[in-house]
Amino acid sequence: MSSRSRASLALLVLVLAGCDREERNARGAPLPETGPAQQAALAATHSDPRAKQYENVSFQISQGQRLYSWMNCVGCHAHGGGGMGPPLMDEKWRYGGRMEDIVATIQKGRPNGMPAFEHKLTEQQAWQLAAYVRSLSAQPRQDVLSGRADEMSNTEPQTLDERKPVKDAAGSEPKGPVK
Amino acid sequence: MRRAALLLLLLPLAGCDGIQSMTGGDGAQGAEFNSLFTLFMVVTGVVYILVIAFLIAALLRRGGKRTDVRDDPGEGHERGLTTALVVWTAFIALGLTVLTLASYFTDRSMAAAAVPANGEVLNIEITANQWWWDIRYHSPTHTETIRTANELHLPVGIPAHIQLRSTDVIHSFWVPNLAGKQDLIPGRLNDIDLLPRRTGLFRGQCAEFCGAQHAHMALDVTVESRDAFRAWWRQQAEPAKTPTTPLAMAGYNYVMQRECSVCHNISGTGATGQVAPDLTHVASRKSLAAGTLPMGRGQLYAWIADPQGVKPGNNMPYIGLEPQELHAVVAYLETLK
Ligand code: HEC
Ligand code: HEC
Ligand SMILES: [Cu+2]
Repeated sequence: MSSRSRASLALLVLVLAGCDREERNARGAPLPETGPAQQAALAATHSDPRAKQYENVSFQISQGQRLYSWMNCVGCHAHGGGGMGPPLMDEKWRYGGRMEDIVATIQKGRPNGMPAFEHKLTEQQAWQLAAYVRSLSAQPRQDVLSGRADEMSNTEPQTLDERKPVKDAAGSEPKGPVK
Repeated sequence: MRRAALLLLLLPLAGCDGIQSMTGGDGAQGAEFNSLFTLFMVVTGVVYILVIAFLIAALLRRGGKRTDVRDDPGEGHERGLTTALVVWTAFIALGLTVLTLASYFTDRSMAAAAVPANGEVLNIEITANQWWWDIRYHSPTHTETIRTANELHLPVGIPAHIQLRSTDVIHSFWVPNLAGKQDLIPGRLNDIDLLPRRTGLFRGQCAEFCGAQHAHMALDVTVESRDAFRAWWRQQAEPAKTPTTPLAMAGYNYVMQRECSVCHNISGTGATGQVAPDLTHVASRKSLAAGTLPMGRGQLYAWIADPQGVKPGNNMPYIGLEPQELHAVVAYLETLK
């Protein structure tokens, strides 16, 4: 075999890399859920190793974005800008802005009107929501953001658009009826 | 070896029969389309065979006698060629005209099938979600709207006008026995008309790849007599009954107080979630999770215990219920007939 064809064969093997699929943990619990031992470890280090598995992970942020509408966080916080609840896209945090703090806020609720979602959301879902909330405020990494926008947009669906008369290069409208 | 290959070729024919068949002709639109398809097959088939026959004839002739371009075949031969060409062109023009006219009339009669003879029409709204069908019925003769999931009931002989929407990505509505496909597109309203001609059970399937569980996005379709349909409607319009046994009551309490009620709606109770299949009459349905499992106690256990094991990636989370909770919840769901 010539070295040319050997090289092209080697290149072809590269294509196999495309067969790899992102591993997603559909059942949650990437690490043991928070038992007493973990709680103690947490208290010691003040950082939960699970944070890394959710923050800045594209799939988790996208799931969080879906839950953000489903759980009607939008009703109180709008799409991050705030309403009856505080804005979530600024850098000010009443209760801390780390992943762990946000998860605690979502699960336990906060006194001035933030409802507790413990037993309404699974732990995994709380982490996914936190990952999404973080992506609203932190400078999000563009490559992990969802291409989908769930908020209302001010451009009408194309199907509702009225046909506008076409303008010619000079900017004047052509004569004659336009349907 | 060769025989095995031939047998394999026969496999696709299995698609021509049964509850999910394009050639079933159980709906007016599907039947119209079938006859058009048959006509196209015959006309194009004849043309194909003729072309191949001419080609073979030409090849054989060329092999027999060498002709020289300088040889003058004579005037008679040329006249023969001209006639043959004219006949051939006329034949093609005729074929095309027949096909065009047939398409036009098929289209007209499909449209006519959607117009009710006596003004009676059933309005249905179907919203596709990853990976299940949300179905609502509206009727001028009934004040209430009923909502169900993954199961369509249609009275035979009454046109159904179905509005199609999607909440996430593009899906496609397809009940092959009744009619062709129609896409459901986010932010856009589409519609399709069905006119079932025969009673029976059919199967629909999402026909546009929509993500990990696209294959598990089926739809049970029941075409039944008007009386049976009316009875079904009345039963679906009922709110859920309060459970009577202590076990089912415990399940009711779990469903109301915990995760389930956030996503699922159960009419007549405090469960008002709108983002998942309506469970008011879930136990009356034929299958679970859009045709993934048949309905039954064991399958309910499997689904509630670990939806992510049954249909990985679907939008119902693994909750991890305790065994007593699981028994109770399944007992409650079974009362939702
Ligand atoms: C009923 C209205 C309401 C809903 C629904 C709601 N929130 Fe809140 N949220 C609040 C209010 C009010 C506060 C401020 C609480 C306080 O200051 O004690 C808050 C606080 C928070 C905070 C803490 C902000 C900070 O500065 O530390 C986070 C994070 C948060 N909410 C996220 C969520 C998420 C995620 C959801 C959806 C699962 C949600 N909220 C749903 C009203 C709501
Ligand atoms: C986060 C939202 C969510 C929660 C919480 C949730 N579900 Fe679901 N559920 C879904 C979705 C979405 C589906 C449809 C899944 C599919 O077919 O792809 C579903 C499907 C089902 C089905 C099958 C319905 C059908 O007609 O096929 C049953 C039964 C069910 N859920 C029961 C429950 C019970 C009981 C609980 C509480 C223990 C629960 N669900 C919690 C979202 C949820
Ligand atoms: Cu699909």
